[in-house]
Amino acid sequence: MRASTSLSPAIPGPVVTAPRQRRPTPAGGTRGLKRSHFREARLPFLLLLPQLLVLLLFFFIPALRALSQSFVLTDPFGNSVQFVWFDNFRRLLASPEYRASIGVTFWFTLAQNALTIVVSLVLAFATDRILRGRGFYRSIILLPYAIAPVIAGILWAFLFNTAVGPISFILHGVGIDWDPNRHGIDAFLLVTFAASWKHICYDYIFLIAALLSVPASLLEAAAVDGAGPLLRFARISLPMIGPTIFFLVVMNFVYGFFETFAIVDAVTHGGPGGATMILVYKVYIDGFVHIDLGSSAAQSVLMMIFALVLTVLQFRYVERNVNYDV
Amino acid sequence: MVERTRGIDIACHGILILGGLLVCLPIYFAFVVGSHTVSEVLTVPPPWLPGHAFFANAATAWEKGNLGRLFVNSFIVAVGIAVGKIAVSLLSAFAVAYFRFRWRMLAFWLIFVSLMLPVEVRILPTYEAVANVALPLQWLIDALDVGRWLGIEIALDWNMMNSYGGLILPLIASATATFLFRQFFLTVPEELAEAARIDGASPLRFFWSVLLPLSVSNIVALGIILFLYGWNQYLWPLLFTTDKSMATAVVGLKDLIPQSDTEPAWNIAMNAALLVMLPPVVVVVALQRWLVKGLVDAGK
Repeated sequence: MRASTSLSPAIPGPVVTAPRQRRPTPAGGTRGLKRSHFREARLPFLLLLPQLLVLLLFFFIPALRALSQSFVLTDPFGNSVQFVWFDNFRRLLASPEYRASIGVTFWFTLAQNALTIVVSLVLAFATDRILRGRGFYRSIILLPYAIAPVIAGILWAFLFNTAVGPISFILHGVGIDWDPNRHGIDAFLLVTFAASWKHICYDYIFLIAALLSVPASLLEAAAVDGAGPLLRFARISLPMIGPTIFFLVVMNFVYGFFETFAIVDAVTHGGPGGATMILVYKVYIDGFVHIDLGSSAAQSVLMMIFALVLTVLQFRYVERNVNYDV
Repeated sequence: MVERTRGIDIACHGILILGGLLVCLPIYFAFVVGSHTVSEVLTVPPPWLPGHAFFANAATAWEKGNLGRLFVNSFIVAVGIAVGKIAVSLLSAFAVAYFRFRWRMLAFWLIFVSLMLPVEVRILPTYEAVANVALPLQWLIDALDVGRWLGIEIALDWNMMNSYGGLILPLIASATATFLFRQFFLTVPEELAEAARIDGASPLRFFWSVLLPLSVSNIVALGIILFLYGWNQYLWPLLFTTDKSMATAVVGLKDLIPQSDTEPAWNIAMNAALLVMLPPVVVVVALQRWLVKGLVDAGK
């Protein structure tokens, strides 16, 4: 079919190409392009302009600046700038505070991730089993989605406040010396609980949707063969929702690394003694409180690399589920 | 279900009730404390049941936290971010899915790459970018030495701090929303564009009269998520509003939290927390079906 070549490219309007026909594509390629598309030179740029302008001003230029700042040493008054190659990174990776922060972030995201996934899996399994009241339970469990991380932090900080919190009253009553202002481990647990409490609803929604898509015929066949509900869940449902779980683990890491800033800021300010000083909070403290530009920029760059890894992982999930060649 | 298993069903209800209680526990105690006076809050043991001072506390919190003004700010910012993100993403997705042009894949990748740059990792340089939006232009002018040609010194300064623009604009780029709409556009039947062209519709006409009406349910679902996202923003407004009257409700709330050396007015703080979370909670409860659709679609 020569429909596409018989039309002059100058005429705007959809060009119909046969689906199987693969011509050499000099201009942009056809991946993810509608078969009946328009050919105009200027309009698409105008359509893309707002997004690209915002990206340029607030994403790419700042990111490049962070990159350039990470290789220079600026004195606190901004008078002299010295190019120091990887000194900022070397200094950063050698500093015990930064290493401690990496450790805290690692354990925090891991604990938060495990807690969130396990609890939401249990809840989703239970919701999938029952017949009555699904909507009701779902409405309740979904509530924290509406609540800002900082408010979630405040709510939990109050519950476990040593002076007025009802839960720390109970803990003290049974003889536990609970004090998140002095004990690092208490503060760490508190932040982990608050972060998981806020995020369980997200995983839960996805898991319910995934469990619903497991073919009933498979489950029924297994039931006929004598497999009980738990065995069916472990051997059929769980493997079938594997990609969703993978996606959620990645999303939980993204959440734990970047979005828990507000929780830490509301509950512990990174203390006591750096016990909850996660990396995003440290960038903020070093950049805005200690005004250590080089170190803050180097930290930003390291986190960008890390975000890159997470994005690639996320994209693998997308690729597995979506066929781009329509 | 496949078979009747009474024991497991009861256990499931038990688990869900437990989960529900765990979700409600912090909210319940916020309500309990928010309805007592300061002296009642400080008693040992702490109060376990709601008191009678809820509305008095709410009035105090509303006034003390300047919440009237902050709520207006939050609404403007949340709606601005939701509308802005959707508009910008719809246009980009339309361009990427429906046009064949040079640099198409480059544009696509530029948008995609922005996923790797969450606000949190580029706080400081972005702060500088908002403090003077014209900075890149200034560099250009300095580099080209335009000032000397004209015989004047050019110092551009466009500070967006403490403005709605500064709170909204840097947040309206969205790779996720662009992908969502692009995916949706790819499922729209090819015949529609062909028919529109035969009827002589221009691309924009097709976008406005065919694609947009088809996208309404996606727009609503995504709009809800983005409204919540905008309302619950914290780091961004915290940094970019030095003027307290331009802060959002979520940020203003932090000033009400008792620090160690102030009067422990937890009742006011928790009451305010309830007030600030009320609008998004109402949205989630009322529009739950749409929210779930939006979440699951956006994750794809």
